[in-house]
Amino acid sequence: MSETLLLDSKAIHLLLHRLANQLLEHHLDFSTTVLIGLQPRGVFFANRLCQLLRDEYQVKNLSLGVLDITFFRDDFRRSQQPLKANQTKIDFLVENKRVVFIDDVLFTGRSIQSALSAIQSFGRPQAVELMVLIDRRFSRHLPIQPTYRGRQVDAINNERVKVCWKENEGEDAVYIVNSES
Amino acid sequence: MSQLSVPHLLGIKDLKEEDIQLVFDTADQFKEVLGRPIKKVPSLRDITIANIFFENSTRTKLSFELAEKRLSADVVNFSASQSSVKKGETLVDTVNNILAMKVDMVVMRHHQAGACVFLAKHINARIVNAGDGAHEHPTQALLDAYSIRERLGDLANKKVVIVGDILHSRVALSNIFALKKLGAEVVVCGPKSLIPRYIQTLGVEVELNLDQALRNADVVNMLRVQNERMDYSYFPSTREYVMQYGLTMERLNRLDRIPLIMHPGPINRGVELSSELADSKHAIILDQVENGVAIRMAVLYLLAASLKA
Repeated sequence: MSETLLLDSKAIHLLLHRLANQLLEHHLDFSTTVLIGLQPRGVFFANRLCQLLRDEYQVKNLSLGVLDITFFRDDFRRSQQPLKANQTKIDFLVENKRVVFIDDVLFTGRSIQSALSAIQSFGRPQAVELMVLIDRRFSRHLPIQPTYRGRQVDAINNERVKVCWKENEGEDAVYIVNSES
Repeated sequence: MSQLSVPHLLGIKDLKEEDIQLVFDTADQFKEVLGRPIKKVPSLRDITIANIFFENSTRTKLSFELAEKRLSADVVNFSASQSSVKKGETLVDTVNNILAMKVDMVVMRHHQAGACVFLAKHINARIVNAGDGAHEHPTQALLDAYSIRERLGDLANKKVVIVGDILHSRVALSNIFALKKLGAEVVVCGPKSLIPRYIQTLGVEVELNLDQALRNADVVNMLRVQNERMDYSYFPSTREYVMQYGLTMERLNRLDRIPLIMHPGPINRGVELSSELADSKHAIILDQVENGVAIRMAVLYLLAASLKA
C-alpha cells in the first residue's frame, strides 16, 4: 500500500477560502441558506467551512446541520457497509430553503442520492447544491455533479482518496492511497 | 461492532452486552427519525414481516407494526382467534404456510415458553420473540433498559427493583437478564408464592418487604398480577396484595430518594400502582411506550441486515 500526497495543509487552506468565497458569491447573506454536513466525514469539512465563514467573513446566523444517510442507503443487505448509524442533527426545517450538502469526496454519487432522499424528511427544499472537497471524475454511477468542488482527481479503481483533518487525524492533508502497490 | 451476534431475537439470554449497546445506539438514531416531520426510512422496503400473535396484545402488536411501517416493510398481521389454529393446525404448519407467501421475518407471541426457539429451528426466516409464555419478552426488556439509560445514563451499579408477579412474568426474566448484563443491581420483590425458587442463581437479590426493597432504589418496575396465568390463588386477597405490594405516594414519601417508576402495561390502577403515581412526574410509563417503537425499529433493522438481498 502506498500513499501519495495530493494536497497539503496550505493547499487545503487555500481551497477552503476559495470555496467559502464561492458560497458567499452565490448566497450573499445566507438568510435562506442552510448548510448540511454529511456524516461521517463531511462533518469535519462543514465545521471548518462554517468556522471560516463566521470568523473571517463575518457571516452571522449560519444554519449548520449534520445528516446521516445510513437508513437511506441503497446497498443495505448488499454490502459490508457498517450498519451503525451516526447522529443526525437538523434543528431547523429545510422547507423552501436553499440547502448546501457538504461532503469530503464525491465518488459514485450514491451517498448523495441517499442524502437527497433523506433530506425530504425535513421538508421540501427550494434547491439543493453540493459542495465537495475532492471530486473523483469518471467514477459516477449516477448523474450527480457537484456545484462547488475543491479539486478534481482522476483515480483508478484500486486507488482511494483519503482526506485527513486536524480534528480527527492530526493533520490537514489529502492522500491518494494505492492498495495494490 | 456493527452487527448483532445472533440471527434471531429469541431472548435476552442469548445476547452479549455489545449487542444490547448496538441496539441502544441504533435506537438513538431511530428516535431522532421519529422526531422528524416525515417519520419514515426506506431501509426495509424489500422485506415482508408477519406479525403472528397467538396471544392477545395491544401495545406490543401496535408498537411492532408501527416500527415495521416506519422502516417501510410490508406487514401482514395474523391473530390466532381468526386462524386455522382453531381448526387444529400445528404451529409449524401455520407458519410454513405464511412463509410460502415469501415472508422474510416473523414477529411472534405465543402462550408456550420456547415456541420461538422451536420456530427458529424449523423455518427459514428471522424470528423476533414478542413474548413466549412466562419465558422471555426481549424487546420489552430492551426498551425498559433503554428508558432507564435515557434518564439515568449508564446502568452500571444502578439499583432496579422489580415488584410483583415474578413467577409468571416474562418481562421480569428478560429484564433481569438485560439489567445484569448491563451491570445493574437487581432486586425482586413480591409475595413469596410469586417469587420463583432458585431465582437468586440469576444474580438477583430477593426481598419480600417492599419498603425495605425500595431503600436507595434508582428505579422501580411494577409488574401486573397475571391472573390469567394463575391456576390457583397465590395470595389471600387483592386488598392484602395492595397493602403489602401496591406502590402509593404515601409509601414513596417515606423514602429519602424517589425512584423512577416503570410499568410494562397494562396497569391495574389501584392494585400494583396508584392512579396518582401512574400519572405523576416520577412515572416514565409513556416514555417506555414511545421508546418501544425506536427499540423495535433497531431490532428489526439489525436482524434484517443478515438477510441476503
